[in-house]
This record gives sequence, C-alpha cells and structure tokens, in this order.
Amino acid sequence: MVNSVTNLGRSGVFDWMVQRVTAYVLALYTIFLIGFAVTTDIDYQTWSGLFGQTWFRIFTLLALISIGAHAWVGLWTISTDYIKAVAPRFLFQAACGLAMFVYLVWGIQILWGL
Amino acid sequence: MNSKRPVNLDLGKFHFPLPAITSILHRVSGIIIFIGVAFMLYGLDLSLSGEAGFSRVADLLDSFLAKLITWGILSALLYHLVAGIKHLLMDMGIGEELESGRLAAKATIVVSVILILLAGVWIW
Repeated sequence: MVNSVTNLGRSGVFDWMVQRVTAYVLALYTIFLIGFAVTTDIDYQTWSGLFGQTWFRIFTLLALISIGAHAWVGLWTISTDYIKAVAPRFLFQAACGLAMFVYLVWGIQILWGL
Repeated sequence: MNSKRPVNLDLGKFHFPLPAITSILHRVSGIIIFIGVAFMLYGLDLSLSGEAGFSRVADLLDSFLAKLITWGILSALLYHLVAGIKHLLMDMGIGEELESGRLAAKATIVVSVILILLAGVWIW
C-alpha cells in the first residue's frame, strides 16, 4: 500500500472529517457575518466593537484555522487531480501551505496585534 | 469485429451533466475564495487600524473596480456556501439518487444565482 505523504491526516477518512467540521464552522461564520452586515448599520464604532469582543476574536481565529485546514484538503485534492508531475505539484502545494501560514499569522496580528 | 459498437464519437455532442458543472464550479469558487482571503484580510487590517483606516476602506470600496472584486469574491463565497450545504445534506443521505441529485444541482444553481444577484444589489 502506498501512503500519500502530502494529504492532511495521512488518511482519507480523517481528511473527509476535517473538511466537514471546518465546513460547518465556516458556514456559521459566513452566515453570522452576512447577518451582521444586513442587520447593522456598519460604521467604525460597530465594526471595531464587533472585533473588539473576545468571543468574536476567538470565533474569527477559529474560522481562519478552519480556512487553512479546509483549503488544504480542497487544494490538495485539486492538485493531485490535475497536476500529475511531482515537482510542479509539490511546488503548488508548498505555495498553498505558505499562503495559509501567512494568512493565519496575519490574522492573529490583526486580531491581537498593535 | 462487433459492428454494433457505438460509433458516435462526435465530441461536440458530449456535454457535462449539470451535477458535474456544479462540482467544478465548487472547486473553482474555492480557489477564488482562497485568493480572495488576501483581499479580505487586507481590508480587515486597514478597517480596524482606526477611524482613518476605516474611511479609507470605505473610499476604496467606492470605486467600480473594488466593487467588482468584492462582488466576485462574494459570488464565489455564496456559491461555495450553497454548494457546500448541498454536500452536507448529501452526507445525511439527501439528494443522492440520480433524479434527486440532478434536482439538487439545479437548486444549487438557482439559489446561488438569486443570492449573487442580491449581493450585487447590496453592493451597488
């Protein structure tokens, strides 16, 4: 049996579960933000007030981590489907992984940085 | 040789079934969102940097190009959300047969087109 070393959890079932769990988180986060945007007259006060609350910062960080894991499973699937040569596929996956890491650190800095 | 073999290989007559198109759109929209996160984080960073940053974002979003990019990212997000919810329903065993699968694919297109049009109205 050949084990893939680039998928997220070394196991298809684990990847499948990660994609579902993160999907629920991201759906809730998206629907919440759409609801906020539709029901609130957004100005600097309400906007920074929302992101100033600890629970919403935690929710946002959870969503960002979920984007990373969700996108890794998705982009890994796409890259293994369409990019057959090893080197370009590895480079593509490395670029995706780097982008996710940058997104995560950038997001933490926005939420808690000065 | 068996003369009854199918001979119609006119590629112009082959076409993807609707569920295949919704599946590919799900992948394409996912890639667009992944790139779009950079724009969203940039906007979030600027908008939370202070009053001045917030009004700078509001000014940026006044331009036609920025509205178009916002609409594009929102469209990808809404489509991905709707198609994703269809996936989660399929996990529960809903819409897995041929007919219900086709119906679910149609519903995905209809619902996301409506949401995308509403998003366009909301932006402009």
